Amino acid sequence: MTCSPTRNPFTHTETAAVGVAIEGLSKNFGCFEVLKNVTFSVEPGEIFVLMGPSGSGKSVLLKHIVGLEKPTAGRVTVDGRDASSETTREQVRLALVFQSGALFNSLSVYDNLALYPREHQVADEAAIREKVMRALQILSLEGTAHKSPSELSGGMKKRVAIARGLVMEPQLMLYDEPTSELDPVMSATITEIIATLKDEYHVTSIVVSHDRELALGIADRVGILMGGELVSLGTPAELRAPKDPRVAEFLYPKIDLKNPRFKKLET
Amino acid sequence: MNQLTAILEGIGSTLQLLFRAVSYTPSLWRQRARFIEQCYLIGYTTLPIVAILSFFIGSVLALQAGYSMSNFGAKQFIGSLVGLSMARELGPVMAAILLAGRVGSAIAAELASMKVYQEIDALETMNIPPAKILVLPRLAAVLVMMPVLAIIADLVGWFGGAIISKYTQSIAIEPEAYFSVLRRFMVFKDVLNGLIKAEVFGFAIVLVCCNIGLNTRGGPREIGAAVTRAVVVSLILILVLDYFVTKALM
Repeated sequence: MTCSPTRNPFTHTETAAVGVAIEGLSKNFGCFEVLKNVTFSVEPGEIFVLMGPSGSGKSVLLKHIVGLEKPTAGRVTVDGRDASSETTREQVRLALVFQSGALFNSLSVYDNLALYPREHQVADEAAIREKVMRALQILSLEGTAHKSPSELSGGMKKRVAIARGLVMEPQLMLYDEPTSELDPVMSATITEIIATLKDEYHVTSIVVSHDRELALGIADRVGILMGGELVSLGTPAELRAPKDPRVAEFLYPKIDLKNPRFKKLET
Repeated sequence: MNQLTAILEGIGSTLQLLFRAVSYTPSLWRQRARFIEQCYLIGYTTLPIVAILSFFIGSVLALQAGYSMSNFGAKQFIGSLVGLSMARELGPVMAAILLAGRVGSAIAAELASMKVYQEIDALETMNIPPAKILVLPRLAAVLVMMPVLAIIADLVGWFGGAIISKYTQSIAIEPEAYFSVLRRFMVFKDVLNGLIKAEVFGFAIVLVCCNIGLNTRGGPREIGAAVTRAVVVSLILILVLDYFVTKALM
């Protein structure tokens, strides 16, 4: 795969896009094994979508990549550096868009976006203002700058969370369920935003999602996690006709009113 | 055994948080806006309730002392009893108890909800340490505001005692006589010891409440549990520290 460098959305300077490698990753919470020997890699500049049923360990895996969780066994590296090391977050700019948005409710939208550059003193206040307004403009959120996160709709919160990530000028962008709880049009909008950020700025993107349209529409590759194991890894084209019956059932479930699934679960 | 482990873990994580927060002290000037905001929340918003409570504590102290001291003709010493009790013990302890209920609970609730709603995780992914922007300004603010609250508690308590001593028929001591005895039997060290106590209590309350908030796990229900735990631990801590600080300052 050809790899383009990450282009800064504000200064248009270019830095190397980063890749992620996950080798034999296992994670236990007490006796419960959430991830079982998961191995795959994400190439620099690609959109990698991780799918799987609820509780299959997708979000936990994402937390390992940003260093919020430490592996029980195995290794996660970002650009060749140990993801669980605090210095990695200083050397590699990575942004995580949380499922809930995780916007700071005590701050306005503007201050949410300005927090990272202010704390890291990456620019003076005028330059930060320009950067924040540009990020809001990219995501069509200019009118929300002085609103509180509690005044925003679900779709707007997700876009503000993406804008906050964008202000960090990330080399790696991670999205946790970016289209959950959104209407179909807003889901499509968020999907388009993720694809546009990748096309225009060549940011490596890892998306955890249940959204089949998103995965098949914009992913370079899709991994499917079930019960903590990676059961499928391939291109969207390969997933349109999956060979594994578990993957087929997950991606294309048929509604069977004569023999409903919940009754099978009871027995 | 599990309880003991939990207590030791709590002490360990609180000390770790303290060291982390202190290590960011050079960044305090850049965080002056947060520091001033916390001074306002800790000092200004707690002030009215501290004043009201201290007034009545001073009053009740004068009333009770007047009742018993009159029996053996020592009611003229009420001023010194109220003065010393407020300065050395009741002023700092009551200010600390109110701080735990008013500010400690709010800190625990705010940080616990930030943890539950992943705002703390968001800070960490942005490489912004919560100890730096959430804990340090609060610790600095309580160090500045707690002596102010304790002094106001002392003054209002003394004033409350003076009013009751004048207008209660069985006591009937003029304010001049009340404050004259208060001044005669009190030295600066009495007030200073009270301020040191207040400082220790306030610092411990804010640190413990921050730690409990930041270590909250689970859903919204845990926020309420964290607030309860923060207030209970703070109250116990005030009384335990009170004994040891009093002993150390004697």
